[in-house]
Amino acid sequence: MDFLSDHQPELLPGKRTLPPVQGVIEAPHGTTIVAVTFPGGVVLAGDRRATMGNVIAQRDIEKVFPADEYSAVGIAGTAGLAVEMVKLFQLELEHFEKVEGAQLSLEGKANRLSTMIRSNLGMAMQGLAVVPLFAGYDLDRDKGRIFSYDVTGGRSEEHNFAATGSGSVFARGAMKKLFRDDLTEEEAATLVVQALYDAADDDSATGGPDVARRIYPIITVITDDGFRRLTEQEASELSRAVLQRRLEEPDGPRAALL
Amino acid sequence: MSTPFYVSPQQAMADRAEYARKGIARGRSLVVMQYADGIVFVGENPSRALHKFSEIYDRIGFAAAGKYNEYENLRIGGVRYADLRGYTYDRDDVTARGLANVYAQTLGTIFSSAAEKPYEVELVVAEVGETPEGDQIYRLPHDGSIVDEHGSVAVGGNAEQISTFLDQRHRDGMSLAEALKLAVQALSRDTNGGEREIPAERLEVAVLDRTRPQKRKFKRIVGGQLSRLLAANGAATEAESAEDPDEVSGSEKE
Repeated sequence: MDFLSDHQPELLPGKRTLPPVQGVIEAPHGTTIVAVTFPGGVVLAGDRRATMGNVIAQRDIEKVFPADEYSAVGIAGTAGLAVEMVKLFQLELEHFEKVEGAQLSLEGKANRLSTMIRSNLGMAMQGLAVVPLFAGYDLDRDKGRIFSYDVTGGRSEEHNFAATGSGSVFARGAMKKLFRDDLTEEEAATLVVQALYDAADDDSATGGPDVARRIYPIITVITDDGFRRLTEQEASELSRAVLQRRLEEPDGPRAALL
Repeated sequence: MSTPFYVSPQQAMADRAEYARKGIARGRSLVVMQYADGIVFVGENPSRALHKFSEIYDRIGFAAAGKYNEYENLRIGGVRYADLRGYTYDRDDVTARGLANVYAQTLGTIFSSAAEKPYEVELVVAEVGETPEGDQIYRLPHDGSIVDEHGSVAVGGNAEQISTFLDQRHRDGMSLAEALKLAVQALSRDTNGGEREIPAERLEVAVLDRTRPQKRKFKRIVGGQLSRLLAANGAATEAESAEDPDEVSGSEKE
């Protein structure tokens, strides 16, 4: 971002002057992103729906991106701005890595993203907020970590699980009941699918697995081997398994009462 | 007051070229060479931290001989150029040809500007293609000219002698181990034809490997993998050139 502001400052999202607007700008919004840690890494996943008011703007939008080899960003909020922010974020991490010959620390990356969100505050005040979820594998501490943000760039580290976007309340509730400390990678992936299913169940802006069109959530896993996105085949198997169980128990797995 | 002597432009340029050439010749040579799965960079470099080779972009690598501060400056300039291009347009729009042109302009301007001393550097910009036919290697001497190279190229102190040696022995479709062996052999030859040993820890080796699943094809070969490749002989090493799971993407892991 430093070099961009030196060379082409007009390309920076925060530097644009806005025309006066009446009312809210209609633009596609991305919805729910969830993340959960497990021993050895972290899983970050997102549903595939983008909405514009009460209309589904896109059924198969992709909202989870690798930021670099060891981290990923999931975006909720105004899709156009968010995608551009991620692009710039990816560029910055890669640029730093090539120039310095070493990667930024995970904290460093999280802080950089925080500044970028803050620079979008003007837009956020006009209803074009971007609220990402950042997850990565911390090579110094050997564990997966999750960071959540608010529109002003406030950053907070989340433990165990986190969610952002319109369906996040429902997803968080689901994860709270399903989370355990000793999840395997596959169980963690199943957990996020369950959480997204619950989000889609109660939030109209979140899309559930679309079996007819073969649109399944994007599920990514970050471990010390780096970033990996589950193939469509894997995502479909997980989603179908969850769906199959829900045919018998529509509300999903029950937690113990006491 | 003394009268300034008249120096003809030819003479002035010849002097500057001589100055730059001598500076470059003081540095150690390095070799950039095509092999079956990509392009390999090999050089003698006692330092672990100051690199002669670097990643510029997804498919583009950089190698330099000469003065460190000068080529480091050019390297960072190249990374900026590539990243800005890729961000503004698309990752596919960053090409070695474009980058080589920018370098040629920069070096040419500095070389012919009377206010500055010429840069004592010689660069190689290489891009790995989808197939060996798509590989591109450009050599950029100190004066801002561009030479389109095929097969193998050497720059630095003994460049001419090494190039001749490589031209006679390099062939298309070598395995990584074979190419590496040939490069080390070429680098080990003295000016007077004798040979000396270059230990693995003094070698800097990097590849642009077209078979890497990641977008970023540049990878440094260090430690165990390097010793294995050096120890291996000939055809039994095809598998070595494949992805090594403990190596990380394009990251320069120290």
